[in-house]
Amino acid sequence: MLLRTLPWFIAVLTLVLGLLFPWLKTPLIIALSYGLSALGVSILIRAGQVSFGHAGFTCLAGYAVVAASRTWPQLDALVLLLLGVATGLAAGGVAGLFMVRYRGIFFGMLNLAMSMVLFAVLGKFYNLTGGTDGLRMERPPVFGQILERAGFETWLLVVSSVLVVLTCWFLGRFYQSPVGQALTAIKTNEVRLEYLGISAKRVFYSGYVISAALCGFSGGMFALIQGLVTPELGYWVRSGEYVFIAVLGGTLHPVGAFLGALVFEFLKLFAAAALTGIWQLVIGVVLLVLIFVAPAGLVALLTKSGDRKSAPPPAEGRT
Amino acid sequence: MPTLLQTRGLRLAFGGVVAADGIDFDLQAGERLAVIGANGAGKTTFINMVTGYIKPSAGAIHFDGTDITAKHPRQIVQLGIGRSFQLPQLFLEHTVQQSVALAVAARTRRLSLFRSLAKCAPPADIHESLELVGLADRADDLCSSLPEGHRKLLDIVMALMLRPKLLIMDEPTSGVAADEKHGLMKTIMAALDQRGVTSIFVEHDADIVTQYATRVAAWISGRIAADGSPALVMNNDEVKSVVLGH
Repeated sequence: MLLRTLPWFIAVLTLVLGLLFPWLKTPLIIALSYGLSALGVSILIRAGQVSFGHAGFTCLAGYAVVAASRTWPQLDALVLLLLGVATGLAAGGVAGLFMVRYRGIFFGMLNLAMSMVLFAVLGKFYNLTGGTDGLRMERPPVFGQILERAGFETWLLVVSSVLVVLTCWFLGRFYQSPVGQALTAIKTNEVRLEYLGISAKRVFYSGYVISAALCGFSGGMFALIQGLVTPELGYWVRSGEYVFIAVLGGTLHPVGAFLGALVFEFLKLFAAAALTGIWQLVIGVVLLVLIFVAPAGLVALLTKSGDRKSAPPPAEGRT
Repeated sequence: MPTLLQTRGLRLAFGGVVAADGIDFDLQAGERLAVIGANGAGKTTFINMVTGYIKPSAGAIHFDGTDITAKHPRQIVQLGIGRSFQLPQLFLEHTVQQSVALAVAARTRRLSLFRSLAKCAPPADIHESLELVGLADRADDLCSSLPEGHRKLLDIVMALMLRPKLLIMDEPTSGVAADEKHGLMKTIMAALDQRGVTSIFVEHDADIVTQYATRVAAWISGRIAADGSPALVMNNDEVKSVVLGH
């Protein structure tokens, strides 16, 4: 099936492209890191909830990774990545406790508010966070070895390609699991969920924590590839970009987020080169076209499973 | 027969409207109770109180020996009261099969994050239940594509998959075409009998009440005005004038 092989295809494609054209490594890794965050956001979109603050988790994890590496420079890059996930998990675990009580616009705005508080704190506590200039880190060792920039980037590219396959597999399982299915049922009918004896809040909490953990992964990758974190990483526009990517790629299958992220990153790259100053126009037009052509995203377009949406209306229904 | 459901002195008022005016009520296991009454008589309020959706301001509800007055709907479901709704509450973006499977996974508490729903809820079990109500050939259809009669059935099957001791149905035949009502009730009752489920259903159609209920309770302004066999209640003068409008 196409969707099953797509993660492998994307992983191999990024590897080949990155190795053939070394200048593409950084944008590719950044794209896949965007994909991880967008995947987090798309989990919640499956439950019918849109968060405009998930960049906050990415940002927090990025800072945690940089701060840890500055304190203990010998920490291995892989450990730092895992630290990013752990930060996302912990932050999501705490924030989720009250976020799961809200739905719709309140949920979106509350997430946004939380991320903007973080943004402000990071920008103002200059001594601790470096203010708007952010924090820098040295290149960490990889399995005890200090790599050159090129080698380090190649290593990160391999890690991110592997992550695409792993996260797609893991989340694919999650989407098919009872909790994953109950999560999408939050979108259509929470009352019935409760009357089946399933706690909608608990289900949503699982989804929220997983989504924050993915953002944590993304934040760790970002910190490693840039060697720098700034509050911009958690700005609400960034959260909006994650939502954009999730919608662009589609939420039917986890691979949609990575597909969307790659398209988004390269659209941005080429639009910025060709139409400097108005690249946002290109992004906007693409989103408009997409909403008309494939409202369920690129994934639906690829699998033609968009036809599930156009199931015939109830023929004998009446009231 | 043992008492399955017992309420004592249930009271609830919405502003000046008394929706429950000291309801004392006992339901024995194995009964099929039809609840009748005009709009606003307090039928749905009664169901909502029993299923934990709203709390009475006074009184107590016991189910199967447990005090459920202050319990959460979810706990009440887990104790064995299933519920279907006047407007079917379905997962419109799921298939019939998936909806029922979710109910099975909920009952068996197999809410895994990683094992697939199909493995957590054995398809054979689901197929048998869908067969029982004639929905087997629609198993892979999206719930949003079902006609109203099938939606009602699915709503009930989802509640039935929880293997409740008591199933409460709020107007199972409303919104269903007149010529399909009896077929629907026959299907439901056969399924309930096969599983030995006690039931309460709210119903407006006098025909259906007399045919499928073993007992009828008539609600008038938040109290039970008449309670007994269908023949007795349907011929009660107060019920005739207020509820049935004769």
